[in-house]
Amino acid sequence: MTNSPRARSQPTLGTTPSQTVGPFFALPEGLPWPDGPELVTEDTPHAFVLRGQLVDGAGDPVPDGLIEIWQADERGRFAHPDDPRGTTTSFRGFGRCATDQQGRFWFRTVRPGGLPTPRGEWEAPHIDVTVLARGMLNRLVTRIYFPDETRANAADPVLEAVEERRRKTLLAEHDDTGFRFDIRLQGDDETVFFVL
Amino acid sequence: MATDTNGKHTDDLVLPTYARDDTSHPALHTPEYRSTALRNPQRPLHLLPQNLTEVTGPLLGHERVGEHDHDLTVQHEGEPLGERIVVSGRVLDSDGRPVPDTLVEVWQANAAGRYRHSGDRHPAPLDPNFSGVGRCMTDEQGRYRFVTIKPGAYPWRNHDNAWRPAHIHFSLFGRAFTQRLITQMYFPGDPLFFQDPIFQSVRDPKARERMICRFDLDSTIPEWALAYHFDIVLRGSRATPFENEDDDDDD
Ligand SMILES: [Fe+2]
Repeated sequence: MTNSPRARSQPTLGTTPSQTVGPFFALPEGLPWPDGPELVTEDTPHAFVLRGQLVDGAGDPVPDGLIEIWQADERGRFAHPDDPRGTTTSFRGFGRCATDQQGRFWFRTVRPGGLPTPRGEWEAPHIDVTVLARGMLNRLVTRIYFPDETRANAADPVLEAVEERRRKTLLAEHDDTGFRFDIRLQGDDETVFFVL
Repeated sequence: MATDTNGKHTDDLVLPTYARDDTSHPALHTPEYRSTALRNPQRPLHLLPQNLTEVTGPLLGHERVGEHDHDLTVQHEGEPLGERIVVSGRVLDSDGRPVPDTLVEVWQANAAGRYRHSGDRHPAPLDPNFSGVGRCMTDEQGRYRFVTIKPGAYPWRNHDNAWRPAHIHFSLFGRAFTQRLITQMYFPGDPLFFQDPIFQSVRDPKARERMICRFDLDSTIPEWALAYHFDIVLRGSRATPFENEDDDDDD
């Protein structure tokens, strides 16, 4: 496991517990937004579609899940004041897509740039993912990496900390329109999930 | 990024660090809540370091919030049935600091315990004047405020004669990916708590109480609406230089 620096002080307030998103978040005008899956418009240079399927421990699709992604822009920048390198992008970086009856979700986005870490490492291009669904009392977090970033992936500290046999669950695959990334909640090829 | 001869970086990329709060949260595998069975990972979770992607997050703004989104009682021609309530409070972090300008999303059943969702089979009436969806932004003090009606309890099929206590679903972003939170707000003294595996999935009684709003006389609107107060606490951060780099190294 990779170490992460710890805050020095004890929190003063207890945090509010997580609860399941439940089965009804997708009511009309609810959490899914019409433009939720589209981080960029179709005519954006280098835009691609990332598709996937959310599958449960019986191998059945999860038709009531919500997938959210968060990522840097193509140059590895965030529109966020806590990025000490400065805010030089207006990229939304966030996408949200409810799964359909077949457990499928999709996003239109661009490949993020690699990122420096406070420890002097470089993270390979990646997308952070939150998985929410009925039957999940807390969110699950995973990361999407790109299959053709061989060198960057080999140097990535997060991938490196994952046993080799399971690393492939964090790699998207090429497909017709871009990339495919399935999320398996259980089973032999269970996706690697993270706490953070 | 530059490194010196010992391989240590020399120009600091200083990021906030969000305190872990695992003890507040339910276990993903909670057998009493049956749907967790096929939806909880069986393998240990890996630790994700808090790097740039994790300490930043979507700063969704006012473009996501419509004029009537904070008042669920005025979104239709007529008024919804039920007991009008104001639900307000603050979004704070665990250091006690307000979380300003952050999107708060809510959704809930109507007064009869029915969601406007095609999957809701509870034979209770829909209310043509109630959608059950709200959104607002916190102000500079982290305050938010909704006007709505008190949701009804509803049955579900988790166990024999199972009922969900009345609740409002909340979605919060905070300012970082680490702070994302989905929760439910419950009402004080609900007689259904004892048999609800979702509420009970939070094992620490003190943490459980943090999901229960309190009656808020000061926020009531005389001759119009009762009120409840609900503060939401997200993980806190401190911008911490990595002064203990040596003993924190991988080896
Ligand atoms: Fe609910």
